[in-house]
Order: sequence, then C-alpha cells, then structure tokens
Amino acid sequence: MEQMTKAIDSLRIEHITKRFPGVLACDDVSLEMKRGEILALVGENGAGKTTLMNILMGLYYPDEGKLFINDKEVHFKSPNDAFAYGIGMVHQQYMLVPNMTVLENIALGYKQAWKGLRLDLQSVRKRVKEVAKQYGLVVDPDSYIWQLSVGEQQRVELVKTLCLGAKFLILDEPTSALTPQETDDLIALLRNMSEELSIVFISHKLQEVKDLSSKVAILRHGKVVFQGNTIDHSSSDIAALMTGHEVVLPHNDAPACTLGPMLQLRNLKVRSDRGHLALDDLSLYVCKGEIVGLAGVSGNGQRELAEAINGLRKVESGQILFDGEDIANHTPAHVISSGMGYIPEERNTEGIVPAFSMKENFILKDSESPLFSSHAFLKKKEIDQTAERLRKEFDIRSPNTDVAAGSLSGGNIQKVILAREISRNPKFLIAVYPTRGLDMGAAEFIHKQLLHLRNEGVGILLISEELEEITNLSDQVAVIFKGKIQKVIPSSEASRRRLGILMAGVKDDEEI
Amino acid sequence: MNFVINILSLGIPFSVALLIASLGEMFNQRAGIFNLGCEGMMAMGAFLGMLVPYSIGQGADVPGIYNYLGLLLASGVGALLGLFFGLVVVTFRAPQGIAGIGMQMFGVGTAGTLFRHFVGGTQSIPGINTAPIPGLSNIPILGPLFFNHNPLVYVAFLLVPLSWYVLFKTPWGLRVRAVGTQPRAADSIGIQVNRVRFQALALGGALAGLAGAYLSLCQAKMFSDEIIAGRGFIAVALVYFGHWHPVKIMGGALLFTLAQALQLAIQGLGIDFPYEFLVMLPYLLVIIVLAFSKKSLLMGPTALGKPFNREMRT
Amino acid sequence: MTKRFKTGYRIGVIILAIITAMLLGAIILWAIGADVFKTYLVILTEPLKNKIGITEVLLRTVPLTIIALGITVAYRSGIINIGAEGQMAIGILATTAIALAFPNLPRGVLIPFAILAGAVGGAAWGFIPGALKAKLEVSELLSTVMLNYIAAQLYTFFLRGPMLDPAELTMGSGTPQSMRLSRNLDLTRFIRGTRIHSGLFIAIALAVIIFFLLWKTSYGFKMRAAGASERAARYGGIHVPKYLIIAMMISGAFAGIAGSIEIAGVHRRAIEGVTSGYGFSGIVVALFGGLHPAGIVPAAFFFGLLIYGADMTQRLVGVPANMVQVLQGVIILVIVATKMIIANPYLMQRVEARWNALFAGKSSSKEVEA
Repeated sequence: MEQMTKAIDSLRIEHITKRFPGVLACDDVSLEMKRGEILALVGENGAGKTTLMNILMGLYYPDEGKLFINDKEVHFKSPNDAFAYGIGMVHQQYMLVPNMTVLENIALGYKQAWKGLRLDLQSVRKRVKEVAKQYGLVVDPDSYIWQLSVGEQQRVELVKTLCLGAKFLILDEPTSALTPQETDDLIALLRNMSEELSIVFISHKLQEVKDLSSKVAILRHGKVVFQGNTIDHSSSDIAALMTGHEVVLPHNDAPACTLGPMLQLRNLKVRSDRGHLALDDLSLYVCKGEIVGLAGVSGNGQRELAEAINGLRKVESGQILFDGEDIANHTPAHVISSGMGYIPEERNTEGIVPAFSMKENFILKDSESPLFSSHAFLKKKEIDQTAERLRKEFDIRSPNTDVAAGSLSGGNIQKVILAREISRNPKFLIAVYPTRGLDMGAAEFIHKQLLHLRNEGVGILLISEELEEITNLSDQVAVIFKGKIQKVIPSSEASRRRLGILMAGVKDDEEI
Repeated sequence: MNFVINILSLGIPFSVALLIASLGEMFNQRAGIFNLGCEGMMAMGAFLGMLVPYSIGQGADVPGIYNYLGLLLASGVGALLGLFFGLVVVTFRAPQGIAGIGMQMFGVGTAGTLFRHFVGGTQSIPGINTAPIPGLSNIPILGPLFFNHNPLVYVAFLLVPLSWYVLFKTPWGLRVRAVGTQPRAADSIGIQVNRVRFQALALGGALAGLAGAYLSLCQAKMFSDEIIAGRGFIAVALVYFGHWHPVKIMGGALLFTLAQALQLAIQGLGIDFPYEFLVMLPYLLVIIVLAFSKKSLLMGPTALGKPFNREMRT
Repeated sequence: MTKRFKTGYRIGVIILAIITAMLLGAIILWAIGADVFKTYLVILTEPLKNKIGITEVLLRTVPLTIIALGITVAYRSGIINIGAEGQMAIGILATTAIALAFPNLPRGVLIPFAILAGAVGGAAWGFIPGALKAKLEVSELLSTVMLNYIAAQLYTFFLRGPMLDPAELTMGSGTPQSMRLSRNLDLTRFIRGTRIHSGLFIAIALAVIIFFLLWKTSYGFKMRAAGASERAARYGGIHVPKYLIIAMMISGAFAGIAGSIEIAGVHRRAIEGVTSGYGFSGIVVALFGGLHPAGIVPAAFFFGLLIYGADMTQRLVGVPANMVQVLQGVIILVIVATKMIIANPYLMQRVEARWNALFAGKSSSKEVEA
C-alpha cells in the first residue's frame, strides 16, 4: 500500500451476493458511502456483516455484484488489491503475530521496507512515528505483541492499518473486548479520525451506534433492511429493525435462594495458560433453584473459572464445595458423576464430538452407565430410543439421530448439548455464553429451558457477555474483574450503567 | 589428548548430514509444516549424489566437477520432492504426520529401486576428499579440529549464521515466520500463505537432498538402503527441541554426533562393550531429550501442523 | 449426505489411490527401462496362478492383518503408531525366550503362553511411547520411530549373543539366528505342501474381536471419542491419557502377536529380516482398509499380493522388490490427501450436490435451520 493512495470520495457496493455451503451470507446488498462519513453496519450474529466487509477487503470473492470506488469499478483478487486502494480493516480477532514485535508486524505489510535481502526496520520505525503524531496513537514499536493488553493490541492494529496507507477504515466489532471506559476512548479517537478518513464499523451494540455513527445500515439474514441517518432514529427503532419482530425474552420473576447453597467457591486461586493468576482469591456462591449471572468483559477469568469447577484446570488453592463436597482438583469424571452439568464455551470443540453421530453425542458422558451398557457392551436399542426421544423433546431439526453432530447448525448443536445435560438431571448447571452466535428463536428456547430448570430447583451459573441476557434471567448478578468478584447485586438493581462501571473495575459504584 | 582430538575431529564431520537436514527442516517447521518425509528426501539425495560420479567413472576416480554435479542434482530433486510434499499437505491439506511417512516410503523405495537397477551391490566411490584450509589447518589443536575437513563441512557450519540471517533479517524470513505462527494475520495483510509454505518446503527439500548426498559422497562414499539410518527423523526432532533456532539446532546436532563419536572412541580404546548398545545411543538420546525439553510453542511456530484454509469460518 | 454416497466416495478414493500409485510407479519403471505392463501383471496375477502362490499371499496377509488391526485401534484413539516394526521385534524376542526356556511344555500350553509373551513384549514396547505422549506430551511420531531403531539393535544383540544358535558357534557361518525352536511351538500347516498355518484363523478371530471392541463396547466408544475429538472427550469426563496408553499397548501387543505367529508358523526360529517392512506396510493396510476390520482383511490380502508379487518381479522382469515401497508410499499420500476432503463436510456436500446435479438432476441439499 502506498502512502500516496488517493482519497476515497465515494465507495459503492452494488447487488453483492455471496453464498457459502448451505448459507446465503449476502443477498443482493447495495450500500453507498461518502468521504468523512461514519457508517454503522448493524445486525445480529450471522446477519452477513463480516462477510460483506471481508468481500470489501478482498478476502472473499462475491458470487454476484460489483464494487465501485470513486465511480470506477474495481475487482479485488486479494487483500493486496484492497490495500492499493487504501482500504484497511481491523478484524474482530486481531491479525497480529504474537511472537513478533510491533515493528515486525507492521513490516509484514509495509512493502517499502522489503529491500531484497534486507529488512529495513528503520523506515518502518519512521513511518510509525509519523502516524503516531498525525493521529495521536502511541505504541511501543519494540514490544512483543504477547506482552500487550487487548486494548493496546487494538491500537497496534489501528497504527498498522494507517501505516499501510488506509483512507477507508473498516472496524469489525471494535469494542467487543474493551471495557466501557476503553470504548469511550476509542469512540473519541475514531471521531477525530473521521475528519480525514471514512469509517465503517460493525456492531450490534446500539449505544455505540448512536454515539459514533452518522449513518446506519441494518442487515438481517444477508439483506439490507434499512439505511439512513443515525440521528433520525432511536435505539428502539433500530433494535426492532434488527430483529424484525417484537422480541420479549423470558424474564425471571420468581423469588430466590430459599433452599440453601449448592455451589460455593471459596478463595479460589487458579492460573491461566500464560502463567498469571486468572482467578485471584475468588469467592462466590450459588443457591439451589437460583440463577447467578456472571457479567464481565471476556478475559477476566471466566473461562478458567468454568474449567476449574469442572475439573479441567488445576486449582492452586481454595475450595469448590458442591453440595457440601470439595470437588476442587477432582477429575472431570468425578465432577460429572456428582451431578454437575456443563454447557461449554466452544460448542463445536468442547461440547460435542463433531464426527460422532447425534445419538453418540447424547451418551458421551454415560457410555458406561447401566442405562446404556451392560458388561461393557453398548445397548443399541436403549441408546436409539433415548436419542429419538431427546430429538423430539428438544425439537432438534435433523432427518434422524445418525447424522454427524458437526454437520448440524449452531442452534441445533447447542440443543444437542442442552438435551444431553438436562436429561442427566443435574443438580447444577454451568452455562458459558450459551446463546453466542445463535438467532433469537434458538436463544429464546434455551432461555426457557434454563428458567424451567431453575424452577425445578437446579442451581445455574450463567456466564455471558450479553448484559440483557444476564439481567433477564438472573436472580443475582455477580461481576468478575481480573479474577475477583467485584460485587454481587440483585438483578433488579443491575442497571446497564452500574454493571458497566463494575465491569471496568470500579468498586464504589453506589455514589456515581 | 591426541586421541581425544582425533576422535573429535573424526566426529565433527558426522554431524554435517544431520545439521544440513535440520536447518532445512527448520525452514519447513517455521513455515508451519513438519516433514517426516525428510528421511526419504535424504535417501533420494544420497542416491543421486553418487549416481553422477559413478555413471561417469564406474567407481574409479573422476574429475571433481562430477561430484559437485551430483550434489546439485541431489539438491534439485530434493527441492522437487519438497514441492511434491507441498502438493499433498498444503494444497490438499492432508495430515502432515502420516503424509510424511508416505513421503518417506516413496523416497526410500524410489532410491532403492533406482540404485539396484543402475548401480547395484555395495559399490563404493572415491567421493569428495578432505580439503585442509592452507595455513589454518596447521594450528595446533584447532587446526585438525576445525580446518582439516572436506569442503561441505565448512559449508554446513557456514549455513548456520546464513540461515539465521535469512530467517530473522530478510523480508522472506519475516514472511516465513508469520505464516507459521499466525497465518491469518499474514493472509489478511496480503501475504500468500500457501506460496510461502511451498517456498519453504522447496528450500527444506533441497537441503535434505544435499544432506543425503553428503552421506554418500563424503561420509560413507557409497550408497545402501540403510545409509540414512533415521537421521531424517532425528533432524525433525532436533528442530523441535532446538526451538527452531539455528544455533540451538547446531548444538543439538553436535550433541548427537558426540554420541556417535563415543562409539568410535570406545572401539578405538579397545573396550569390550556390545556394539549394538553403542549404536542405540543416539536414538535413545533423542527420546530422552524429547521427554525433558520444554514443549512450549510460545516463541516458535504456533501454527505448526495446521493446514491453512481461508474459507474456514471459525 | 447419503450413506450410499459416502461408501461410493470411499471406494472411489481407493481406486484413485491404486491408479495414481500405478501411474507414478510407471514413471519409475520407465526410468529403469522395465516393461510397465508386464511388471504390474506379474505383481498382481503371478502369485495367484497356483496353490503355493495363493498360500504364500495368505501367509503374508496374516501379520499384515494383525498389525493393521493394532494400528487401527491406536489411530482411532488419536495416536499414530509407527513403531510396529520395533514392537514386533520385541514380541519375537519374548516368544523366542519362552520357547527356548520351556521347550518341553505341551503344545496346548506352549503356544498360547508364547504368543501371550509376544503380546506382553509388544505391549511393553508400545507402552513407552504411549506414556511419553500421555504424561510428557512427546510426539508419538518421533518416539515410535526412535524405538524402532533401538529395538532393531536389541534384536541383533540377542540374536548374535544370548540367543545365538549353538550350532552356528561351532560350525556355522555366523548367521545371527536362534536355534530351531521346540516343535511344540509349531502352528499347524494345514495344507500339505504349503506353508500356510493356523495363524490365519487367529488373525481373523482378532479382526472380529477388534470390531466388537471398538464399536460395540463402552471402552471402544471412549477410545474413539478421544481420537475423534480429544478436547470434547476430556470435557465429557473421558480420561484421555489413560486411553491413549491403553490404545498404544493394544497396538503394540498386536504387533507382538504378529511377530510370535510369524515365528511359530513360518520360520520356526528367530532370524533376521522377519519384521522387514511389515510395520510400515501395516500402516498402509490400515489406511487402505478404511481403519475398519472389514476393510483391513481384504486390504491385507491385496498388500500381501503386492509384496509377494514384487518378490517375483526381480526374477521375472528384473524390477527390484523395492518398487513395492514406492507404490505403498504413493498410496498413503493419495489416501491422506483425499481423506481430508472426506473430513470437510462442506466440501463433501458440494461434491455430492454437483454429482447429483450431473447424474440425477436432484436439487442440492438444503441447510437445516434450528
């Protein structure tokens, strides 16, 4: 990408269609953007936003449609072509090489530094300084990426894109891993930059859309259902257009914690893969028949917590009392047989064996139980019957129970996992991001099931990023920050603003 | 003392094949691919290396140019085999472990078949002889140890700083490292991941072929089915616990040849120790080192072994 | 995705593998000036022309089947066993040791005892890489290969030393081999004039056992889960390291049994070169047979045919026996290259859709919504 890329006065997408096997990701999408505008591209998970932007970046080829820059048609065969026109993207998962320095990461794309057999890092350093001055983005060029925090890494991504000459910036869910305060900083920065660049950002957080964008376009199931100026519409208008129907998520109204504690976490210390303390003296308890929602920015110990409780990670010190018994550092098999249910974060790699059939996945945890085997031989009839029953009960859409679980859609896979866990009659359930990436219909189903379990006396620890999901379902909301529980507050007192402040690490939230 | 120096100076050339093959494999692994077929490529290299001088001279002395042509042919075909392997594991994204075994069988089988047909038996050749560096080779102790070897030994040890430079100081090396650690990042910035991997495989294959040719032209001065004796596999292991760094890899190569040199020493001293247990030593050493080395990929190619597919929606 | 399509696809892959191997092999045959057509004809048909030929092929089918079964157990449990050569060698040493130590035990006792010893020896040699992977994360690809070389040296050591035939010492040519083992160890040769022995039935019995183990028992279920998705299996309460080790021990035991049977049925003494190639050929057989006993038995026959046929080509058409290794290598490469396509459900769906459109005019499969 040259520094002398021409400014992009207008960018037009006309009738873009993109198909993946079994999915129509983009359906006849047309959009227009002018210089100096900030466009928010809004839609639910799976609406086609990222695919559309990847097409703009030259990473995917559209099946139909055209792109126009400054009224000239362009064809992108690879990201290099997009760069040449000055289009740059900051992806949701940062595209940085962890064991190289900031300079080296930028040098990967900064072709001026490629002087045959010599890598000219000095010229990269100069360019970084220029960009830092122009836009006020400060980064340490010699630090390794793995040493940087999430917010700092994002800044590196921005610097990288600008060093490579971007005049048109695409940001994919830029605030998904930031605290509310870091989000505010980013929004101020982007507003500043919009004087020289055009910006498109993808988000499903309506508050940001209102704060930052000048124009908004809404995608649903790959189609543009709406385009317009942001100021003309309220958040609720936009939300309604996003989902397409009046969605009333089930609400938790019943009284709680009258039956005594089921799961007690006391002073837990657990290490992360990197070696630092992911859980730092964490204490929390959940009662029978109660849902405790754990709110927090992803990366504050949620994963390690779920793993530690289920015996998948070592507990350095502390206790995990499950129905009175300390299960810390026991095997996963022991925890499972004590009555613990678990809906893991990654449904495809942790929840199911994708190559196994649906019915084999149903008995994954019970292959040795007398229900399904006698003298080590599997009981085919019982397994088939149970599988068929669960398929109907949980409305899992598939021709039969022999299909490979990995070929099911996300929502159906989650239902398989849910069916398996619930049919084992657990005493307690840990649900980690249970509705991530699912459409409203599937989410509604899962929420209903969770509430039903709760009313049956099962305790539930709900770990989620969706504040609305947490406040709707939970009796109590606990906020986790840097491996500790900041505070536990009743759901009725958990406003978005209060949760945001607690999630950022501030303890004294009452006064604000 | 003289005895020790003799043993060591005999031992250092033993490390050359391992060193060259490991450096080649280092580029493969840095780009994200581990090539168990290295052994097969070395076998082909060994055969082709000696084929050229043999076809000209039938075992008699030949002008040196033919030996070097043999080296060239070995490297060239090695590079081609590397590209062939790339077709299987990069284009078709086959699992690298088993594919490597297939490659090994192919290479060893082809080398054996062609050898039996064109040469046969236990034919030996004069090969490449030592080329003492004038002046330096007369320095006491250091002279015989470092400067009295055949030219390829010097080349091999020069390859160490050379590969360090290529890997860490050139744009291509930067691309290789990116592609093996975070291919998505490289792809998103416009680098053709698969092309870089093919390039690394070609280089790795060429070096493997060269290493094999060294064995037949300089060390054993003949070819046989057992000539590689697992060195290709040891090279793959070496790269792993040399943490993909040329200097550590060199250290590892020297360590293993020390084990072999020990065999010479014990025989030379006339100690009665079962021959077979001495031969076992290097292989045992590999297992022991593998068992106790740190398995962290943190500073190395974290994408090692994983095929790259841009259209895979994670 | 219909089952019919899947089986059709698998058969297609096998045929493609054979054709590609023959094409690439043809290049090499051309390079050495051999008659390509005649060579393949010899390999594939010559052995089947008479009783002795067929039984010789069956003879090789026996160890190939048993080893491939063991490799299948390991592979399906998530661990690749390249160490069958070494495990077989250790199994032979164990069997020979028992036969030398207890030559006078009655047949009904000696044979099972000796084969059991072979199994234990092989299992021990398989335990090492299994434990190294389970406890220390050492790649089994590397450890098993190293153990092959170590076992080979141990084998030579014993055959030149403690187990050397006393007759060789006094007047022999120094061939490293044991003495002729007790006749009580001999497996019956049931067709007069040929070498085929009752080990064949043991092999078939083992195939049936493995089928039941892997697909009909809870242990097999857990092992397959661990091999299909190690993470999900762990989350499902399956103790993956334990099953890795068990799988490697079974795999090693089978290789050891194969060795015992070769000694008891064919050679009747421990000699050099018994294992040659069987360990690696076993891998090809396992893959070619689709990692399933029903496929492995015919695959083993096919490769027995290839191996014996290749022995004949040296004599009849002047093509070195090493050609077999070339063919095996290419077959592995083709199978793994195309198997990846099977593993990708999206791509398979696309291939199926195009196939249907081409030949049956059906519409492509619809995405199933939750």
